[in-house]
Amino acid sequence: MKNAFRIATLAAAISLSGPALASLAYVSNEKDDTISVIDTETHEVVDTIEVGARPRGILLSKDHTRLFICASDDDTVQVLDLATRKIIDTLPSGEDPEQFALHPNNRHLYIANEDDAIVTVVDVETKDVLAQIDVGVEPEGMAVSPDGKWAVNTSETSSMLHWINTETFEIEKNTVVGQRPRHVEFTRDSKIAWASAEIGGTVHIYDVDTIEEIQQIEFKIKGVPQDQVQPVGIELTSDGKYAFVALGPSNHVAVVDAQTYEVLDYLLVGARVWQLDLDKDEKYLYTTNGVSSDVSVIDVEDLKVIKSIKVGRFPWGVVIDPTS
Amino acid sequence: MDLKSRLLIATVFCGWLLTPTSAVALDVTVGYIHWVPDQGPVLSNVTPDPEDAGLRGAELGIADNNATGKFLDQNYSLESVIADGEEEALAALDTMLENGIDLFVTRVPAATLQAMAERAGDNALLFNAGASEDDLRTRECQPNVLHTIPSYAMLTDALGQWLNMRRWKEVFLITGPTDQDKAWADAFRRSSKRFGLTIVEDKPWTFDSDLRRSASKELPAFTQARDYDAVVVADVRGDFGEYVPFNTWLARPVVGTQGMGPEAWHRVVEAWGAAQLQNRFRELASRDMNSEDYAAWAAIRTIGTSVTGLSEAGHSNIREYLFSDKFQLAAFKGRKLNYRPWNGQLRQPIPLVHPQGLVATPPLEGFLHPDTELDTLGYDRPESDCRINQ
Repeated sequence: MKNAFRIATLAAAISLSGPALASLAYVSNEKDDTISVIDTETHEVVDTIEVGARPRGILLSKDHTRLFICASDDDTVQVLDLATRKIIDTLPSGEDPEQFALHPNNRHLYIANEDDAIVTVVDVETKDVLAQIDVGVEPEGMAVSPDGKWAVNTSETSSMLHWINTETFEIEKNTVVGQRPRHVEFTRDSKIAWASAEIGGTVHIYDVDTIEEIQQIEFKIKGVPQDQVQPVGIELTSDGKYAFVALGPSNHVAVVDAQTYEVLDYLLVGARVWQLDLDKDEKYLYTTNGVSSDVSVIDVEDLKVIKSIKVGRFPWGVVIDPTS
Repeated sequence: MDLKSRLLIATVFCGWLLTPTSAVALDVTVGYIHWVPDQGPVLSNVTPDPEDAGLRGAELGIADNNATGKFLDQNYSLESVIADGEEEALAALDTMLENGIDLFVTRVPAATLQAMAERAGDNALLFNAGASEDDLRTRECQPNVLHTIPSYAMLTDALGQWLNMRRWKEVFLITGPTDQDKAWADAFRRSSKRFGLTIVEDKPWTFDSDLRRSASKELPAFTQARDYDAVVVADVRGDFGEYVPFNTWLARPVVGTQGMGPEAWHRVVEAWGAAQLQNRFRELASRDMNSEDYAAWAAIRTIGTSVTGLSEAGHSNIREYLFSDKFQLAAFKGRKLNYRPWNGQLRQPIPLVHPQGLVATPPLEGFLHPDTELDTLGYDRPESDCRINQ
C-alpha cells in the first residue's frame, strides 16, 4: 500500500512536470471519454486526459506536437496539444468519425464517417472541408500511403477497399475483400498494402502498383474457435521483418513474416485486442485490449508479452510519440 | 398507419455508378410478402408491435446492398406486398413469379409459407423471416426455403444455456393458450432436458379477467409452489406476460417471452458494430429494429453478399453459393454466420435481453459442439429429419 502511494505520487510528479522525457504512448478509452498517457520506459500510466465523447481513432500530427482524436459521439475531431495536454481546437469531421489518416503533407486529414457512408477530407490548418467522397456502408479503416498517392478506405458492410486518388479525391478502384474489413496498413515504401477482414478472418495483401491482391493470410490458433479469430489492427516493423495482426476476441496477436506472409507465432494478450503500435525503437509493441481494459506490452525481439497496463474502459486506439 | 390493402412498390435504384469493376450490370429484384394474422385483443397493449416489422428491415437490406452494389454495377430493388389474408399473399407470390422474380423474403405464418414453397417449386428461393415453428426445421423442410428468423428451439436453448450457467435450474412454466405459445413451451421443455433444468410446475394460463385490476391478487396465487429459481413465461403475442414480473408468489426473476428473454435482435444490442446498424435502421424507419426486421435484413444481405461473391444473380446460383464454404454473412453478431445444410436455418448467436439491457449472448462458453458452438442452439443435424441438400 505504501509502495502504491509512492508510485502514485511519483506519477503525479511526472505529470505535473509536463511532458516527460521518456517516450509516451497515448491510448483512447472509448467508454471513459479519456486518453491514457503511458510512459514507455516505466510502462506506467502517468496521466489521464478528459476528451470528447467516445474517443476511438487517434493519430499524431507529422511534427508530433498534436494528437488528433475522433470523438465519435460528439461528431467531431478534437486537436490535443501535447505540450499542454489541452484540447486546443476541433475540426469539422462529418458524422460519427471513427478512423482517419493524415496525408504526409500534414494537412489533409481523411476521415471515415461511419454512419454516413462517406469519407470527409479536411484541411487541418484552414479547417476547410476539401471533399466528401461516397463510399460503401460503414466506412471504417483509413490509411494514406507514405508517398501520399493513395488514400484507402475500408467499408465494413460493403466488404470493400476504396482506393482514393489523393489529387482528385476520387475513387479509382474498388476491390472486394473478406467480410467486414477494418484496417489498412502500408509498407514504408508504399508498395504493399495490408488489409484485415474481421469477420472473414483474413488479411489481404495488395500490390499497390497494380491494385491486385497478391496474397491472403488465414489464422488458426490452437484451442480457439475459428470464428473468434477476427483480424483488426495491423502494425509493420520498418525493417520489413514482421507484421503484427491483432486478432480481436481470440485474445491473440499474430506474428507474420512480412516477406513470406507465413504466420510465425500467436501471442496471448488481453481480451478483445484491437489496435497496436510500436514504440520509437521498435523494441516494444503496445496493444489495446478492449474488454479487459488494459494494454499489453510485447517485447519485439523475444516475441513475448512482458506486461499488461490497466487503462480506462474499452481502450480502442494507441499511438506512441517517437520524439517525446 | 394502415398498411393493409396498401400495395407498396419500393424501388430503390441507384442513380449513379462509380467505377464499376464488373462489366455486366445486374438488376436484382427481391419480392417481400407480408401477412400477419390478427392476434386478437391482448391485455397488455401498452407497446404494440409495429405493423411494418419485417418490411422496414427488408428496405434497409436493399439500401445496404445498393450502397455496395453501386461500386459493382449491381442494382437491387424491392417489390413488397402487405396482404390481407393467405389467399392474397399467395396471389402476390403468383404475380411476382410471373413477373420473373425468383428471390423472396416472407413474413407469413408457417402454413402459408409451406403453401408458398410448394407453389414456387424450382422457380424461386424463399427466405422465411417470420415463422419460428420448429416443424419447419425438423420435419417439413423445403429445399427452396431458408430461415433467417431463429426457431423457437434456438431461442429456448439460448435461455436454457443461460439458466444452466446461472444454476437456476428449477423453473415454473406458464404457457398461454395460442398455438404459438404451445410451440414455444414445447421448445422450452426440450431445452430443459438438454440443459438439465427441472420444470417444477407446468401450468397453462387460463385466466380471463383484466389483470390491470387484479394482477397483484391473481398472479401471486397462480405462481404458488414449494420453491423455484425462476418463472418462465410462454406468451408469444404478449397477452398476459407483462404482468408476471414482480407479481410472483416468490421473489424470483421472470424470463421467457417476457421479462428477460431471447430475441433474434433488440435495440439494446450494440456490440460488434451493431450500433451502426441500429442507427441506420432508426434513420430509415423512425423506430427501433426488432427481430422480424433483422431477419428480413439478414435475408436480403444474404442475397447481396452472394451476388457480390458470384458477380451474378439467379436463385439456383445463390442457393448453391450460400451452402458453399465461400459464403459468410457479416451480420453484427460478433462472428460470421452461415446456413445449416440440413434444414436451411441461419446459424446465429441469440441475444438475451431485458427491455433496457443485454444480459448475455449464447452460445455461452462451455457448451461445446464438435463442429460449431452455434449448433448448440436449435435442432442439430442428428435431431432433424431434414436433408434439403442430399
